[in-house]
Amino acid sequence: MFAVGLMHYVVLSAMLAGLGILVMVTKRNAIGILIGVELVLNAGNINWAAFSRYQVGDAGGVIAALFGVVLAAAEAAVAIAVFVNMYNNLATVDVDRASELSG
Amino acid sequence: MFEAFVFYLLATVAVGSAVAIVLAKDIVRAAVWLLGTLGAVAGLYFLLAAYFLGAVQLIVYVGGTLVLIIFGVMLTGRSPWARQRPSRWEVLAAAVTCSLLFGTVVGEMMGAGWAGSARPTTKGQTVAELGRELLTTYLVPFEAVSVLLLVVMIGAAYLARVERR
Repeated sequence: MFAVGLMHYVVLSAMLAGLGILVMVTKRNAIGILIGVELVLNAGNINWAAFSRYQVGDAGGVIAALFGVVLAAAEAAVAIAVFVNMYNNLATVDVDRASELSG
Repeated sequence: MFEAFVFYLLATVAVGSAVAIVLAKDIVRAAVWLLGTLGAVAGLYFLLAAYFLGAVQLIVYVGGTLVLIIFGVMLTGRSPWARQRPSRWEVLAAAVTCSLLFGTVVGEMMGAGWAGSARPTTKGQTVAELGRELLTTYLVPFEAVSVLLLVVMIGAAYLARVERR
């Protein structure tokens, strides 16, 4: 309990991932869902960095986490562009009202 | 001992901010609580001796993605329909499902028994090492991410353009 090991980071990452999924499911604002996605991605990056430090020992995990940060930022940029378009067309970003394609 | 105290402090801030995001009724408050989580995760990267990754997290995630999210919140407004929240039973069912997911993942991880997982195996990577790895071993993903960033910039600028009618 007093020596921080790999399992501490794994449990923390699982908690953040579970809470991120909970945010994705319970938010109706599209940007709220994006915030949940960011939480899940951060949880995955913590796993990469923790395994790189405690298990593998080389820089591969940290570089994977770096790519994860870059990809998450790119995805957030495109998502915000999509949501701005959605707001221009539907006057709302409530995902329950984006139902034109549903039969 | 000091490392354990800092880890528990940062973990509490991260998980507490994530719980606050779940409970937030306003999207602006959810974005501010996300700042708390991202900052705590950056602190955890520093604790894991991934100093460059922690700095990149602060610059790109907090200073880039979070600001972009707040831009998006301000550009899309808060419509009157956003006041209706999901019903209590939906939130409870989702919370039970996520707890089951968390329990399953942690249970499987506990049984894995990785060797030598109680002590760190390296003293941490320097920026020079990371740069060398990026340009030798991980050159193809590096170039692929560069092309992806170019495509994302063009795509996002095109998607968000102002149309002259």
